[in-house]
Amino acid sequence: MSILINKHTRLMVHGITGREGMFHASQMMEYGTQIVAGVRPGKGGEWVLSGKVPVFDTAKLAAEATGANCDVIFVPANAAADAMLEAADAGIPLVVCITEGVPVQDMMQVRCYLDQKGTRLVGPNCPGLLTPGECKVGIIPGRIALPGNVGVVSRSGTLTYEVLYALQKQGIGVSTCIGIGGDPINGTSFVDALEMFEDDPHTEHVVLIGEIGGTDEERAAEYIADHMTKPVAAFIAGRTAPPGKRMGHAGAIVEGGSGLAADKIRALESVGVRVAEVPEAIPDLVR
Amino acid sequence: MKLHEYQSKLLFSQYGIPIPRGRVASTAAEAKSIASELGGRVVVKAQVLVGGRGKAGGIRLAATPEEAQEVATQVLAMQIKGLPVRKILVDEAADIQAEIYLGVTNDRAARRPVMIASAEGGVEIEEVARTDPSKIARIHVDPLLGLREYQARDLAASIDLPRELWRGFTEIAQGLYQTYRECDATLAEVNPLVITKARTLLALDGKMVIDDNALFRRPKLAEMRDIDEEAPAESEARKYGLSYVKLDGNIGCMVNGAGLAMATMDVIQHAGGAPANFLDIGGGAGADKVAAAFRMILSDPNVKAVLLNVFGGITRCDEVARGILMAIEESKPRVPIVSRLVGTHEEEGRAMLAQARMEVASTLTEAAAKAVALAGKGQPA
Repeated sequence: MSILINKHTRLMVHGITGREGMFHASQMMEYGTQIVAGVRPGKGGEWVLSGKVPVFDTAKLAAEATGANCDVIFVPANAAADAMLEAADAGIPLVVCITEGVPVQDMMQVRCYLDQKGTRLVGPNCPGLLTPGECKVGIIPGRIALPGNVGVVSRSGTLTYEVLYALQKQGIGVSTCIGIGGDPINGTSFVDALEMFEDDPHTEHVVLIGEIGGTDEERAAEYIADHMTKPVAAFIAGRTAPPGKRMGHAGAIVEGGSGLAADKIRALESVGVRVAEVPEAIPDLVR
Repeated sequence: MKLHEYQSKLLFSQYGIPIPRGRVASTAAEAKSIASELGGRVVVKAQVLVGGRGKAGGIRLAATPEEAQEVATQVLAMQIKGLPVRKILVDEAADIQAEIYLGVTNDRAARRPVMIASAEGGVEIEEVARTDPSKIARIHVDPLLGLREYQARDLAASIDLPRELWRGFTEIAQGLYQTYRECDATLAEVNPLVITKARTLLALDGKMVIDDNALFRRPKLAEMRDIDEEAPAESEARKYGLSYVKLDGNIGCMVNGAGLAMATMDVIQHAGGAPANFLDIGGGAGADKVAAAFRMILSDPNVKAVLLNVFGGITRCDEVARGILMAIEESKPRVPIVSRLVGTHEEEGRAMLAQARMEVASTLTEAAAKAVALAGKGQPA
């Protein structure tokens, strides 16, 4: 019923003793996610979340002791690159980085290293993943999505919640929602997510939520044309965004005539993707 | 964050890239004294953070210190694309034989740095890319290895640079890559890199853009920010950790989350209106943040209505509503406000706002339609 995470996911939380890390770890646990370990250098040996989760000094120790197979990162931006590399070196196959504001040159190095290791990264600057009814890794509010067969992939946070909520109100369920993040250089692209949804037998429709900046949506359109058998609906944010200005997300900028919403919409529509004018219209396109 | 030419060139020189002798000035008298120090012909260059300075008359030659003072007076009185010229760079004039281009930037799609060289310098590289792409040579750099010497030589060969200049070119390319790395730049560009009549290379003009996300570890660069060059509301927003971009419409927007903020602007336009700004207030819409956001939006005299769109994922909407009411109490907005709150306890939140006689809406489309109607009426609150 899902991609990347499910009820068997054994989660490690990097930065579990911080304010954000602790709050979201408790939310994830409440949702039913199996949190098997926390990582915080200097606090190894402690137990958190009502004594249910052991804390380790390093990701390597945590992975060895608990068999964690996914790491979610809540550390500050200046330590995020280190945490991602540490998780990869500890042999964790799936790393999800929630942290916003990671320097882009750090991300180029991290991505390069993780690719060599074969580690899948989601994010940074992302809300994480949600497989409704099974597992939540990150900060997506669990109660706004029902289990179902629509795969959702998005570069945004609250805009994704808006779409999930609209789907839920129409009784439409979601297989997995994956937030790939708003940074110019990230781990998982639209194409990667589409490929996984295409291969997932339980996903029947895909919703893609893009925005201005870069050419990831255009490449998604090429992939859809060549490989996708499942219908895709989309919303692209930023039709009204002026060129040369960064719209909040580090990656949301129209530069040198590239990254325009209109081009992305045209590219997607030309390969049969139905593009909604407003996010609330998405449910009508996946029925 | 963009750096001025004089700032960029100063950084380049610290990494061994040859630049013309010269200094920055903010008065014509200073320009004169710099010119007499340098002796001979000088170039007076407006320091503004936009392209096209030359075409606008912001780059002028002067043969004597007196003439330098005269042109400096003129340039300092100019506005280039709406930006007043507050500083000028006075550089020794170079004897130019040829102009080439050298730059390094992030290739988003390839997820690695790319170094670009072209035999066509002194014009915008985007222009060359459009008109004569064969004139451009590119080399991707492994971010874990850095720019290797052979790669710089490859570039020199690809643009048919005379062999005698390869050594100098390689050093400049490696210096530029090092500048880019150690300053956390997203762009470091020498344009033009000139071949002088004495057959040496000289970085005549420079441009750098620094990754805002890396400024925390580059405090010296962070101090170089020229706040005169941005809209006052944008500087103010940064202080509060908000993200604000001024636009031309009349409906102020306040939204949590960048993607949703953009989508809100789009829905306003779809409803026949025009957004006055982009504003992301981020997570946890506390009263102080919301109040600061109101001040920013209302500092724009065009604003006739405000649309507040908060998707309270985990934050409770009644708490957000309380924050909004406190902020309104504090900033007393002069225009009508339409609020849309979604999430936990949304009914309570909405009721609290309605009780305070605020316009409320349950969907984004409805909120946008209401804001457009209210802005059209232009009625005071």
